[in-house]
Amino acid sequence: MFDDHLKVITVIKEAGEVVGRKKLQKMIYIAKKLNFPFQEKYEFHFYGPYSEELTLRVEELCNLGYLLEKKEKVSGYSQYRYSLNEEGEGFLASYGTSIPKLGECIRTMNEQSSRFLELVSTILFFYHLPVEEVTDKIHTLKAKQKYTKEEIQEGYQFISQLEGCIMQ
Amino acid sequence: MAKEMGQLNEEKVFKDPVHRYIHVRDELIWRLIGTREFQRLRRIRQLGTTYLTFHGAEHSRFSHSLGVYEITRRIIEVFHKRPHWNEEERMLVLSAALLHDIGHGPFSHSFEKVFGVDHEDYTRAILLGETEVNEVLRMQGSDFPKKVAEVIEKTYHDKLVVSMISSQIDADRMDYLLRDAYFTGVSYGNFDLERILRVMRPMEDGAVIKASGMHAVEDYIMSRYQMYWQVYFHPVTRSAEVILSKILHRAKDLYQEGYTFKQDLTHFRSLFEGEITLEDYIKLDEGVMQYYFQIWLEEEDGILRDLCRRFLDRKLFKYSEMVSVSEVLKLSGYLEEAGIDPKYYLVIDSSSDLPYDFYRPGEKEERLPINLLKANGEVRELSRESDVVEAISGKRRTDHKLYYPADLIEKIDDSQLKRKIKHILKKDERDLR
Repeated sequence: MFDDHLKVITVIKEAGEVVGRKKLQKMIYIAKKLNFPFQEKYEFHFYGPYSEELTLRVEELCNLGYLLEKKEKVSGYSQYRYSLNEEGEGFLASYGTSIPKLGECIRTMNEQSSRFLELVSTILFFYHLPVEEVTDKIHTLKAKQKYTKEEIQEGYQFISQLEGCIMQ
Repeated sequence: MAKEMGQLNEEKVFKDPVHRYIHVRDELIWRLIGTREFQRLRRIRQLGTTYLTFHGAEHSRFSHSLGVYEITRRIIEVFHKRPHWNEEERMLVLSAALLHDIGHGPFSHSFEKVFGVDHEDYTRAILLGETEVNEVLRMQGSDFPKKVAEVIEKTYHDKLVVSMISSQIDADRMDYLLRDAYFTGVSYGNFDLERILRVMRPMEDGAVIKASGMHAVEDYIMSRYQMYWQVYFHPVTRSAEVILSKILHRAKDLYQEGYTFKQDLTHFRSLFEGEITLEDYIKLDEGVMQYYFQIWLEEEDGILRDLCRRFLDRKLFKYSEMVSVSEVLKLSGYLEEAGIDPKYYLVIDSSSDLPYDFYRPGEKEERLPINLLKANGEVRELSRESDVVEAISGKRRTDHKLYYPADLIEKIDDSQLKRKIKHILKKDERDLR
């Protein structure tokens, strides 16, 4: 009954702490695209793949008292920090199941900036297209982010690195 | 009849209870309406199981799709010859408006969850695959189907075009609020569409609203808020949805366990095996699903039979406010002890809505704001001008409920066990932690 909730808790546990709602959204999208068993439905929003369902799931977990959400002001806007509390740890220990290889991927993603993860998730959204077309899409749809060709290349390398983690 | 994919010699009109008339002058649109994939939408209700709560809600995705097309057509009339609007995009945005729901399956919310399919993938497949829709779209240009798919997926380069179909004030939402209010018979979904259309203006990043139309937009946002909580998240509708989803789960589980169904499962086999083709998907509609629910009433399996009976005879689950997770788990154990399988008879369902929000850099819901165009040319985000909108802006409302079969619980012989179950169900949200 709580399988999907437990998977989100596992992500937070593996990351230790996730700073930013956008970062958490993108981390789970990338994990889902790498075939980890996340069920949340994503759509392309103006700022990349986004899941309303995940937003609701995180809110439920906060309401149920398993996740800690700390709001802080950073240069004029609100930022949220997510971590697991004791109840969450206990819930996970009692009912969670291990997801092989997920931990390493999550920690690798968590080391990256939210801007970079937005780029990686956008690349994955258009992964079925040739690289040139993906680059055009990023430059058109994310013009304001001003991603360089080098960053896009790094994004592709990062995806290969994550795929490598899973293959090991 | 008409020149090659130009204008029809004579305008066609559809009578419509919301817009009075839907006007079709373009041969492309007329031909798209006639395709089998679009006609299939007549057999899919716009509001799924809502008809079990509001009996009038029998309207289809077909009528909604025509409505979105009509609103878009009228927006284009307002935009005509104004800066930022490119008349060459007219057929693209009209086609996208008409086809935006083409990939929806029967009772799509539950259906997609149980079978792990995504209507967006089927929208893309219908637009780009070997379908009548694709054949008609290709007459407009070889890359036209792909462009229509991009507009619907919100990845098209022209943000104004995308915003006409998908934003916080778009043709899709405006039609479904008015149409759903009309067919459910509720009074709170109404707003002044005419006024909003008259004050919409094209800008590079999306349509904006002339500041003089702010009150009409306030009314639209409040209508939306009311419709979500009074209609879309109605607990009785949610209960029907929960049962529907459990029917599909049970049938799938039985199939995977090798259970022998009395009747052949022609329409479901590829779905249960996870190998559904586009053709199989297109064949599915609500008539087909309801037919199976009828024949499953004769099945040996008691759970499947009971769930189908509940759905068809509207003997729905009761609900209570969510209790703590530990109590839900306790409850699940008690039900099991009483011989009621909690996998199919105990469900947590959450509803959540954010009536309006604006984008805050790096955070929040990534929504495109509604912008007002002031007389001096300045563009201001709506909640900065409207106290009403400011009051609800960014405020998410969430509701968690627990659904269960009260009638089966009543029949439990063990009075002590029954008392324990009822004790938990009587707890309310204050006990959440």
